[in-house]
Amino acid sequence: MASSSSLLSPVVGYKGSLSDQIQETLALTRRLFIQLRRRPSTLIAGILQPLIWLILFGALFTNAPDIFLPGGMEYGRFLGAGVIVFTAFSGALNAGLPVMFDREFGFLNRLLVAPLCSRNSIVFASIIYITALSLLQSLAIMATAFVLGYGWPGLTGLLIVLVTLLLLVFAVTALSLGLAFALPGHIELIAVIFVANLPLLFASTALAPISYMPAWLGWLAAINPLTFAIEPIRAAYAGPLDLHLVLLHAPYGDVSGYGCLSVLIGLTIGLFLMIRPLLNRKLA
Amino acid sequence: MLVIELKDLDKSYGAVKALKGLSLKVPKGSIFGLLGPNGAGKTTTLRILCTLLAPDTGEVSVAGFNALTDPRSVRQSLGYVAQEVAIDKILTGRELLELQGDLYHLRFEEKEGRIEELISKLEMEEWIDRRCGTYSGGMRRRLDLASGLLHQPQLLVLDEPTVGLDIESRSTIWQLLRELNDKGTTVLLSSHYLEEVEALSNQLAIIDAGKVIAQGSPEDLKRQLGGDRVTLKVREFSDKNESEAVRDLLKNLDGVRQVVINNAQGFSLNLVVDDENVLPHLREKLDRANFKVFALSHSRPSLDDVYLQATGRTLLDAELDVASKRDVKLESKKAMR
Ligand SMILES: Nc1ncnc2c1ncn2[C@@H]1O[C@H](COP(=O)(O)OP(=O)(O)O)[C@@H](O)[C@H]1O
Ligand SMILES: [Mg+2]
Repeated sequence: MASSSSLLSPVVGYKGSLSDQIQETLALTRRLFIQLRRRPSTLIAGILQPLIWLILFGALFTNAPDIFLPGGMEYGRFLGAGVIVFTAFSGALNAGLPVMFDREFGFLNRLLVAPLCSRNSIVFASIIYITALSLLQSLAIMATAFVLGYGWPGLTGLLIVLVTLLLLVFAVTALSLGLAFALPGHIELIAVIFVANLPLLFASTALAPISYMPAWLGWLAAINPLTFAIEPIRAAYAGPLDLHLVLLHAPYGDVSGYGCLSVLIGLTIGLFLMIRPLLNRKLA
Repeated sequence: MLVIELKDLDKSYGAVKALKGLSLKVPKGSIFGLLGPNGAGKTTTLRILCTLLAPDTGEVSVAGFNALTDPRSVRQSLGYVAQEVAIDKILTGRELLELQGDLYHLRFEEKEGRIEELISKLEMEEWIDRRCGTYSGGMRRRLDLASGLLHQPQLLVLDEPTVGLDIESRSTIWQLLRELNDKGTTVLLSSHYLEEVEALSNQLAIIDAGKVIAQGSPEDLKRQLGGDRVTLKVREFSDKNESEAVRDLLKNLDGVRQVVINNAQGFSLNLVVDDENVLPHLREKLDRANFKVFALSHSRPSLDDVYLQATGRTLLDAELDVASKRDVKLESKKAMR
């Protein structure tokens, strides 16, 4: 032990800077995209499935009477918003799976022994990844809907579509990441995803307006977060959108466009606050 | 000067007490071996000092930082090569190193330079751009070692670094560890292989059942133990009576400290003697009592003898004892974060 003691002196001034945090977050995000590139089947399925829905379901009611939907809206046009939202929702619900696999295979330990500035970077990377994926899928659906003659929301409309989707994706991603840390394994997580998926779709206004539903289902649809994302997007498709207008005639009262967005904002914040202690504990 | 100081660590997994007041001091610049049988608590100890696990009680200081209050500084100071290599099968080795470099916030040029350096030092050129899923155990180990070394930590912690590896990978790794140590890196490695600890470390601690039972340099430990070892057989397959007779004959001989009959080894006799000068007297005495010498071997005390002395069993026996009892799957499930 003849060498100097300088090696032992603490690494002074080691503080995480913003650029360090960006570096680690981007690196984690890049990993998720590399995985996606090498295993593109989920992405392909994720784009094909909603397109099939759109085409098949859209065709199903083509010959329904004109008065079928409020304002005589074409069913395909009505459905487009539902499919966009549902696709973003299912994608975000899967956000927790890669994290769960990292927990199970011990890769998370590799991240946890590294001097990350903030372990939130692990969460941010998932959010960036899922958001980008959802937006990509949504754009594919919107393009297809346009080609099928179901219209295009216009520029301000597009903005509202994006904001709405982002809010929904954030909220659901938070939920899924929370589940990924709370549940014991990927089997349980997949079970929850499987069980949550379709009922949430059917108990929303994605496929039919509330006025067609029995009272109990109408209530469910009126408190289903998906509905609050579907209605602004559907309205954006219907024409120039005024968010002050009532978009949802719920059993408990009328909800405006701003009302819908507020619910989504509240939900996102609420979910992030809820999973925070969990993430802090698991990633401490 | 100490790089690691662990004081009175306790750690339980439910009803299993993995550590029972474990204390350890690792001097700077050493290659420190943590020797103990399966289940002794080696992995638990290393996970605690790498900040992956919090002890129930006790103090953990690494590189001058308190691991419990300042874990990030500890993480920055050390490289950890885990026992179970967790690798992303879809990434290539190079991509994994890139990721690792970013997690340690290396600047771009430094990162690329280090990666190239380690690829050539660990002879990974040929396969580093293939996906990790195709790697053999030895390749994974080397990759993992490279990722632990990327940020040039002053302390490298390795959990059973060469278990299950081919001889070539093993000697590459040993060679690298010695080189690193020559350049000032402190190396802490755990192993249940005597040979590995003997070959590499200049300081060691023997741990058993969650406690350190001996600590020092290998030479010191053997010297403290004192005496040379003699194994003796008077016949290929002896019996109890005969061996007892031989024992009674030899136990009072000058220079013989201890005679034990090893039932498991065909009633051979294990003796502790002062030094090799006792051997001629031994033979003479046997000869005079008309015993033949079928086999007689003489050796300096080994680390296994140190373990034997402290626990009453050999490392191998301890190893066999636990190996069947552990449910590794369940443990890794429980250890999940
Ligand atoms: N996650 C776990 N859950 C329950 N018991 C565990 C867990 N990890 C280790 N143990 C137990 O703790 C003891 C010490 O284990 P470990 O530190 O892995 O020892 P070593 O690395 O020396 O083999 C063993 O008895 C083992 O069975
Ligand atoms: Mg172990």
